[in-house]
Amino acid sequence: MQDNGITPSQTVGPFFKYGLTPNGEYVWNDAFTNSTLTPDVSGDRIRIEGRVFDGDGVAVPDCMLEIWQADAQGRFSDPQDKRALPNASFRGFARCGTDKDGSYSFETIKPGVVPDPDGKPQAPHILVAVFGRGMLRHLYTRIYFSDEAGNAADPVLALVPADRRATLTAVREAGKPVYRLDLRLQGDNETVFFDV
Amino acid sequence: MTFVYPVDSNKAHPLPLSPEYKSSIKRAPNKPLIPMRHTLSELTGPVYGHETVREGDNDLTRQHAGEPLGERIIVHGHVLDEDGRGVANSLVEIWQANACGRYVHVRDQHPAPLDPNFTGAGRTQSDASGYYRFVTIKPGAYPWGNHHNAWRPAHIHLSVFGHSFVTRLVTQMYFPADPLFPFDPIFNSVPDEKARARMVSSFDLENTQPEWALCYRFNIVLRGKNATPMENT
Repeated sequence: MQDNGITPSQTVGPFFKYGLTPNGEYVWNDAFTNSTLTPDVSGDRIRIEGRVFDGDGVAVPDCMLEIWQADAQGRFSDPQDKRALPNASFRGFARCGTDKDGSYSFETIKPGVVPDPDGKPQAPHILVAVFGRGMLRHLYTRIYFSDEAGNAADPVLALVPADRRATLTAVREAGKPVYRLDLRLQGDNETVFFDV
Repeated sequence: MTFVYPVDSNKAHPLPLSPEYKSSIKRAPNKPLIPMRHTLSELTGPVYGHETVREGDNDLTRQHAGEPLGERIIVHGHVLDEDGRGVANSLVEIWQANACGRYVHVRDQHPAPLDPNFTGAGRTQSDASGYYRFVTIKPGAYPWGNHHNAWRPAHIHLSVFGHSFVTRLVTQMYFPADPLFPFDPIFNSVPDEKARARMVSSFDLENTQPEWALCYRFNIVLRGKNATPMENT
């Protein structure tokens, strides 16, 4: 019999693609894509892209990223968010497997401002879970946006040493609704991961 | 109901760096994780309805023209929270090797046959009581090159969502009394013996179907306690 306590995590391993991110390369269908966009979604449509690297600076070709975010008004598509609009089809979740060169991309909308537990505004951000071979448990990080003035007062960024905040900040490309952020699992400029 | 997610519960998980598992050496962060309070972003999570799961997606033996080779099994159980309550409507995704220990993934090239009648992927949604059920084939053990004569114990990969983004769990379900347990660095990356035992399914004779399939029970316990527990219970 199983005793009390949670079920421990185990690595997603190297072979998850045909089950979790087949993307037309295997017979299984995708439950999720790398897009949160729905026809009725409001807000600024953006693309977030980057690459994932290991401690040697080598691209990680077998990583899976998942994102979770609020809508443009800062509301989550979850009944636990009492402010949520019940009739919107926007879900705020997407999944992407990295490519041969470690690259990923998400098509989504810029999220709105979400309150922290004290009611203080958090700057627009997206939660990211990182899964991969060699990772016994997934890691949690956040994506912030370089063009948001609210970053300076964000209560979560304030927990991060100033010289590491850039690892959480996707940089807007000039003139395009595209943001870039590389993830580094280890080493110099290691991405900030949170203990949540 | 409002849930809290004690960070202490995470002690059941492996540490990021587990040097016996060689792939972890260059992929585990060197710097400590930064603690933070859960905000609404962490306390909410994706809710997926039945549109994600098609009829029959939980039967991995009926996805092709013929039946796959191997030992047909039923895998069932409950998705639970830390108070033992069922987690309703949670998406459960699985993927696994075939009876010979071979994955359909293009990067698995070890010399065991593929089965044209088996892909090895399935999904279902837990019901109102948290119950889920799959029909599949018992996967084989396979070699993996981590060290000399390294073989993974037979396992089924599971991916589960739960009530919030911090309940997200990807794990592996093992089979009882596998002789490979003492030698597997992934299984043994979980430091506590009792926690390791929670990754091992139990043989379920009661729900084994005569003349058809053995049954294994596997409960999946996610983070999450009631934030306002009843007093005097």
